Amino acid sequence: MTFTLTHFSAAVVFALFTSIVFGITQKNSTREQVRYGLYCFAMFVGGVFVAGWAMWLIRR
Amino acid sequence: MAKATPEKTTAPEYPLTTNAVIAPVLGWIIPGAGHIFLKRYVRGILLLISVFAMFFIGLGMNGRVYQPNGGDILDILGFVGDVGAGGLYILARIMDWGNAMAANAAADYGKTFIIVAGLLNFIAAADAHHIALGKKP
Repeated sequence: MTFTLTHFSAAVVFALFTSIVFGITQKNSTREQVRYGLYCFAMFVGGVFVAGWAMWLIRR
Repeated sequence: MAKATPEKTTAPEYPLTTNAVIAPVLGWIIPGAGHIFLKRYVRGILLLISVFAMFFIGLGMNGRVYQPNGGDILDILGFVGDVGAGGLYILARIMDWGNAMAANAAADYGKTFIIVAGLLNFIAAADAHHIALGKKP
């Protein structure tokens, strides 16, 4: 089975699963794990937007 | 004449147990299995879903699976990342998956997904080791 994700959806899927693993492995309590997972996800997706706007500015 | 100082013989804070060896090996072969073996069922299932999803999405995007005899340093690093997926990597090699060369951006992302799946599984295996040692609840 072959499929293609857009750049953005690939980045979001990557951020989702990576954040889950980071949250579970880097913190001890369940609450800390959820908070850290959400923080990583926000940083990943936020980074996508920052990089996207930076490339838009460079291109102009 | 200097006095001989008595050597301190203290037991290691976290002694190596059988579980501390079995859990990371099991976790490497089957992602998340190390945590499930240590009765951390929810964490184990979430790790299993995450690593499996990353690996198979990567394959679905025509990502390349590196072979051990790559020659180029980047190929060797790619192989080290891929092999972290343990059983999934062995399965991919047996089934001859991931042979397509990256011809577009999606395939390049797929290759990255597969490498990162392996690297995340390394982290998960190390985490299982720490749990078994008692360093982490």
